[in-house]
Amino acid sequence: MKGKIKIGQAGTLESSDVLVLVRFSPRQKGIDIELESPSKKCFGKIIIKKIEETLNLLGITDIYIKAQDRGALDCTISARVETAVKRALNYKEEEEK
Amino acid sequence: MKKRLRRTALYIPGNNPAMIQNAGIFGSDSIVLDLEDAVSVNEKDSARFLVRNALNNINYGNTEVIVRINSLSTPYGREDLEVIGRAHPDGIRLPKAESRQDIEEVDGILTRIEKEEGFKKGSIKIMPIIESAKGLFNVFEIVKASNRVAVINFGAEDYTADIGAQRTKEGKELFDIRARILLAARVAGIDVQDSVFAYVHDIEGLIRETKFIKQLGFDGKSVIHPTQIKPVHQVFTPTEEEIKNARRIISAIKEAKIRKSGVVSLDGRMIDAPVVAKAQRVLKYAQATGLI
Repeated sequence: MKGKIKIGQAGTLESSDVLVLVRFSPRQKGIDIELESPSKKCFGKIIIKKIEETLNLLGITDIYIKAQDRGALDCTISARVETAVKRALNYKEEEEK
Repeated sequence: MKKRLRRTALYIPGNNPAMIQNAGIFGSDSIVLDLEDAVSVNEKDSARFLVRNALNNINYGNTEVIVRINSLSTPYGREDLEVIGRAHPDGIRLPKAESRQDIEEVDGILTRIEKEEGFKKGSIKIMPIIESAKGLFNVFEIVKASNRVAVINFGAEDYTADIGAQRTKEGKELFDIRARILLAARVAGIDVQDSVFAYVHDIEGLIRETKFIKQLGFDGKSVIHPTQIKPVHQVFTPTEEEIKNARRIISAIKEAKIRKSGVVSLDGRMIDAPVVAKAQRVLKYAQATGLI
């Protein structure tokens, strides 16, 4: 599995949703979040904090995330991040078989 | 003892954040966040987490919040229960309920989750959906399989497909299932709701069907669009005349009790227990709709 890149995606670009793409790679150190949001100026920090909180709960320390927000609530952001991360991790398990 | 009205249960697709966050504003008595038919196979995981987070974070006020999980015969049903149970919905709608064992299994899982999470035992209700010949055949044991069973529903499309009936707008083919699940519900002392009326633009047809199921004795109906809520509630709203009559019955029975009179009559008609029960039901609906 060393050297493999694992990706996962969840959510949509519909209103009140967020499209989240996550990428685990051996070279990734720390949490790298790229956020695109119409309300980035007002809520960017809060959204990023929510993403970090979710990753923390999942025990993830090294990851790249691209989040395209369309006005999602905190609970939606958290659900989409969790789904994308778990999809990526499951993808890894399938690869190992 | 029934505590809440269940005139309408609005289905909400479980993977749609916009609809989930607005689900409580339409005024239905219950909402059903749907992980089953409204969610495609490759989004089951996503919807499960979204609905769980919504339950944990969105305040739906007094609306009863139900989650329709996937059937236990699919690879998703048990995982749905495991994740959703921990967010404590008011009820779990169990599709394709076919036997006492199905209910017992769900009951067992919920009992364990309630213990692990420190929830009150038995506080998450089970709401089976009868959708097959086998399910209907076993409906009397299904409603009695657990104290958690609070409402029984049926799915008209799957049921008619299973028994080989022709599905029509008039719904004559549903007479048998409606009669039987109603009887089972009353034997068990639980609520009973009708299947959805699929023709969203035909409000006249919806009203006709709702009047019919109310006449049969149903407590309410599942709905698939917010525009269906008001017409259904209106059918279940008592008229002024009905409320007046019900009040007279209740006061007549109260007076008789004070006078210790065994037989009560009102306008030359004998008032007995079933008449009182019907009057109480009218007043309950009147109260819920703010008429009294």
